[in-house]
Amino acid sequence: MNDTTKDLLAIISDVFGEPDGAYNIREDSQCAGRKSTENIKIEGKKDKPGIDIFIKEGTKGEKVFIPACITHSNVDDLVYNDFYVGEGADVTIVAGCGVHTDGEESSQHNGIHRFFVGKNARVIYLEKHVGVGEGTGARIINPETYVEIEEGGYLEMETTQIKGVDSTVRKTGGVVKEGGKLIVKEKIMTHGSQHAETNFTVDLEGFDSGVDLISRSVARDTSTQVFRSVINGNTRCTGHSECDAIIMDKASVSAIPELTANHIDASLIHEAAIGKIAGEQLMKLMTLGLTEKEAEAKIIDGFLR
Amino acid sequence: MLELKHICVDVDDGNKEILKDINLTIKDHEFVVITGPNGGGKSTLAKVISGLMPLSEGQIFLDGVDITNDSITQRANAGISFAFQQPVRFKGITVRDLLELSVGEKIDENRLCLYLHDVGLCPKDYIDRDVDGSLSGGEIKRIEIAMIMARKTKLTLFDEPEAGIDLWSFNNLIDVFGKLQKETKGSIVVISHQERILNIADRIIVLSEGKITAEGAKDEILPQLLGDQMKCGFCIGEGIDFNE
Repeated sequence: MNDTTKDLLAIISDVFGEPDGAYNIREDSQCAGRKSTENIKIEGKKDKPGIDIFIKEGTKGEKVFIPACITHSNVDDLVYNDFYVGEGADVTIVAGCGVHTDGEESSQHNGIHRFFVGKNARVIYLEKHVGVGEGTGARIINPETYVEIEEGGYLEMETTQIKGVDSTVRKTGGVVKEGGKLIVKEKIMTHGSQHAETNFTVDLEGFDSGVDLISRSVARDTSTQVFRSVINGNTRCTGHSECDAIIMDKASVSAIPELTANHIDASLIHEAAIGKIAGEQLMKLMTLGLTEKEAEAKIIDGFLR
Repeated sequence: MLELKHICVDVDDGNKEILKDINLTIKDHEFVVITGPNGGGKSTLAKVISGLMPLSEGQIFLDGVDITNDSITQRANAGISFAFQQPVRFKGITVRDLLELSVGEKIDENRLCLYLHDVGLCPKDYIDRDVDGSLSGGEIKRIEIAMIMARKTKLTLFDEPEAGIDLWSFNNLIDVFGKLQKETKGSIVVISHQERILNIADRIIVLSEGKITAEGAKDEILPQLLGDQMKCGFCIGEGIDFNE
C-alpha cells in the first residue's frame, strides 16, 4: 500500500493502519490487502473485477471496510462488488473512494455495488468520496448502487462527497419488500466547474415498505447539480424524498422528483427547497462576533453535517 | 455608554422617514425600556445600533468611540448583543453550537447547562437539538435569550423578548434581566409593550412615528402611559394596548 493510499484511506474511511474488521483495500485497480473474518467472507470475483462479500446470518455488530483508492492520473477503474447480508445480521459497511491525480490525464473510479439484504437484517452503509492532488487531470467517480431489501430488512446509506471530485454521476436503484426500509442520506458540495448528478429509482413492492431519500447539497462557483428521484409505490407503503440545496455564486441546481402511486394506500411525498443562504442567518451569527465569511462557513458546515 | 446623535433612517429613496433625528444616551448600568406604537421605529432603532440596518444620517458612539461605520461583527466584538424579536432558525446547527459561538470558545457541559437553566430549559433535552423548525416559538425565544446570557456584553438590546413566551418564562425573564445586569454591570435596552417590563425600567422612552415623544423616569412616564390604555398621551396616531 503506498503513502497516497494511506492518506486517502484516512480521509474516506477514518482508517489509520489496519482496519478493525473484515476488509478489502483496492489500490489502482489492484487488491492492496484483504482479510475475512469468521462471519464475513470476502472473495475475489472470477469473471470480472471486484469482490463478493458474504455476511453470515445473525452476525452482529461487525464492520466491513472496502475502500478504493486511485493514486495517480490515467487510471480507469471499474469494479463490481456484491454484498450478501444474511438473515438477521446487523453490520456496518464502510466504503468510500479517493481519487488522486498528479498529471494532466483524468482518472476515474466506477464502483458498481449490489446489496442483497436478507430478512430482518440491518445494514448501515457509509460512503465518502473525495478528490485530491495537484494534477490538472479530472477526478471522476461514478457510483452505481442496486439494493434489494427482503422482508423486514433495513438499509441506511450515507453518502458524502465534499471535496475535489470534478464529475460524478450517481445511480441508486432498488426494490423494497414487505416491511423493509431504505434510507438514503446524501451530502454533496460542488465547487469550481464541477458537476454532480444523482439519480434514484426505488420500487416499493412490499406491504408497509418504506423509503426515505434525503439530499443536502451546496453548489458554489459555476458548479452544477441535478437531483432526480423516482419513487414508485406499488402497494401500501410510504415514500419520501427531500432535496434541500444551498446555491451560491453562479452555480445551478435542479431538483426533479417523480412520484408514482400505483395503489390507493401508497403515500408518497416530495419536498424540494433551493435557495441562497438566508441573510438573517448570516446576520445572527455576525451579531455573535463572526465575520461574514466565518458565518457562511458555519452555516454550510451545519447544513452538510 | 451608548450615545446616539441625530440618527435618521430613510427608506424608499428618502421618501419615507423611519427615524427622525434621534438623540439618546444610554448610561452604564442603566435599564431602559423603549415603547411606543407598532411601526414607530423601535425595532429599526435596535437594528441601527447593532449594525443590521444602515443609518442615513447621524453618529453612534460606544464608550466615546465612533462606531457609526463599524460592521455588525465589529460592533458585536466591541460589546453589543442583540436578541432578535423573531429568532433565526438554522439547519444542522445545534443549541450547543450557538451557545459556544456566543461565548467564542468551546465550553464545558456545566457552563452550557447553566445558560439553559437560566431560561428554564432542561439542558439534556435541548443541548444537542437543532435550532430549526422543530422548536416552538417559545423554545427558540428562550434559546435566543440564553445566547445573550452566554455573551455577557456591556450593552444588550432585546427586541420584544416577551413575545411568544409563556407566563412561567415571563417571570423568569424578569430574573434574567436582573442577573444579566448584575453579571455584566452593563446597560440593557428592551423594546417592550409589557407593563411588567416597563415597571422595572430605570427610564422609559416612547418612540412614535420615528421620534422620541417622551423620555423620563419610570415613575414619571408609566402613569401617563397607563392612564389611557388605548391611547397614551405621547403617541402620535395609533395608541398602544399594554395588555397585548
